[in-house]
Amino acid sequence: ARSSASTMLRLRGVISVVSLSRRYATSPGPHALVFLEHRDGVIDSGSLSAVTAAHSLGGRVTGLIVGGPEQVPKVVETAKKLKSVSTVLHCTSPQYSSPVSETVSPLLERLLSSNSPYTHVVSAHSSSAKSLLPRVAAKLDLPAVSDITSLEHDTSSNATTFTRPIYAGNAIATVRAPSNIPIKFFTVRSTAFAAAQGDEGGQAQDEALDVVEVADSPTQHVKTDLTKSDRPELGVASRVVSGGRALKNAETFNATLEPLADVLGAAIGASRAAVDAGYADNSLQVGQTGKVVAPELYMALGISGAIQHLAGMKDSKLIVAVNKDPDAPIFQVADVGLVADLYDVVPELVEKLKQ
Amino acid sequence: MRPSAARLLNILVPIKRTVDYAVKIRVNPDQTGIDLNVKHSMNPFDEIAVEEAVRLREKLKDEIKSIKVVTIGPPKSSETLRTALAMGADSAVHVELPDSAPAPEPLGVAKALRAVIAREKEKGGVDLVIMGKQAIDDDAGQTGQILAGLMDWAQATFASKVVLDVGKKEATVTREIDGGLEELRCRLPLVVTTDLRLNEPRYASLPNIMKAKKKPIEKLTPADLGIDLTPRLETLKVEEPPKRVGGGKVANVDELIAKLKEAGITAAKA
Repeated sequence: ARSSASTMLRLRGVISVVSLSRRYATSPGPHALVFLEHRDGVIDSGSLSAVTAAHSLGGRVTGLIVGGPEQVPKVVETAKKLKSVSTVLHCTSPQYSSPVSETVSPLLERLLSSNSPYTHVVSAHSSSAKSLLPRVAAKLDLPAVSDITSLEHDTSSNATTFTRPIYAGNAIATVRAPSNIPIKFFTVRSTAFAAAQGDEGGQAQDEALDVVEVADSPTQHVKTDLTKSDRPELGVASRVVSGGRALKNAETFNATLEPLADVLGAAIGASRAAVDAGYADNSLQVGQTGKVVAPELYMALGISGAIQHLAGMKDSKLIVAVNKDPDAPIFQVADVGLVADLYDVVPELVEKLKQ
Repeated sequence: MRPSAARLLNILVPIKRTVDYAVKIRVNPDQTGIDLNVKHSMNPFDEIAVEEAVRLREKLKDEIKSIKVVTIGPPKSSETLRTALAMGADSAVHVELPDSAPAPEPLGVAKALRAVIAREKEKGGVDLVIMGKQAIDDDAGQTGQILAGLMDWAQATFASKVVLDVGKKEATVTREIDGGLEELRCRLPLVVTTDLRLNEPRYASLPNIMKAKKKPIEKLTPADLGIDLTPRLETLKVEEPPKRVGGGKVANVDELIAKLKEAGITAAKA
């Protein structure tokens, strides 16, 4: 008799839990749409960081690939293997071979229109994605959050809280997007989130989307000139050798830094002063408005360490600085500082490292 | 022969008063923001935008009908407008916010700009908006793209070169992208956001500063424009980043190599 009474009590407990959950319907979990950028059939590392960030919201992740017929198939195959992605949407058209924001935005607007299942729209903080996402958000009358370094989603309140750097990273703001923002747009700082991994066995579903034709785009793509290099890419390299204004000219910049970058297997970076003076291409600029890097090793050679430069490299694991000026601000963040002429130091360093 | 009225361009340059780029900011003790009792200046990217508008007029002369600057900010922002007028803008609009108002968001600012552009319709409208790619305080980098989206205009972000063809009503813009450079051809009306290397802004000369005092600044409130600038995102707190303290100095290359070795850094395998 006692056992059936306690069974009744337990059953009653179960029943009331069931009716509670029917009365207080929880909001559905997050469903993030991640814009996956790609080049030559390879998904951009920044987009893989965006996948990780999207996954940490705690719900579903759908990838979106947009491109020309030569590009899309290979990228879709890679994307389907990403562990945290459950669906890969793709849209193929010559219109997207050299995409501009004006021709891609209408597709996203249609995907995100009423009855869309997506709660978040995510991308890397890349030059193309950060040109596109705010335009799409504007069309939907929604705000966007740029360059986030962390996030936390609370399903019960349907609010997402982010951190992001402000004032060139000299302050960190915690920003909350409450539930009355139905779709939360954000771009992700790649150095803050590890690249999502693939799994050979992994197989997400894929779905082809109809292109949204933009008959008369006000903007036409004319050409793209990418700096070609055999070196590791600056944004993801684990070692960076960076030169400043002290490097005199382009020939000296390359002649001095290349042997050191070679022996260390490093990417080459530059300060704004060096780029402005024409010593290096703009794609090598490290700083508040250039690339933000966080490698294992960052060597700053002949770089004074202005606030705006520090913003782009102060999260590096080990910072080494060589500068003739003992008061250069770079020494305030460098783990290892050497006050010396870089033209003496670098060749000696290259020689001795080779031994 | 004078160009026909249809080919005269009106340029609008939105600008922002921000903490000066050289200031070492301090987070305030209650973690609500930073200490704002410091030097303020025009956002450097907006200076570049004003400069570009003035250079376009120097190049295209009468084909640029007007250069108007606009700011959305507290009363002190009018100083920033005066600087732009001294650099060569013709007139200004100040959408004035009370000092106590929370900082508007990019979406709010873009809506204000849209309303300002609508008011310009009677005077021939706006053909080209040139603005900074980001403000160095919030580093959001969105307002230009949002404005282009709201207006359904062409957009060209991170411009390092702008070539305007007034007759064809189009611009060829070179932009700095992650891997190098990209060139776009855009029909007007167009929003261009400026990058560092577009130009080097001039210092206003004293005669121009004096002349600027007589140039008109129209004052408006958000209510005049029918907009609500209440932010939709909530800033919960502002903190210092993890502190990075400098390590010691080494005396020579041998000591440097020893430190690298300690950190596990040696020559890469060939």
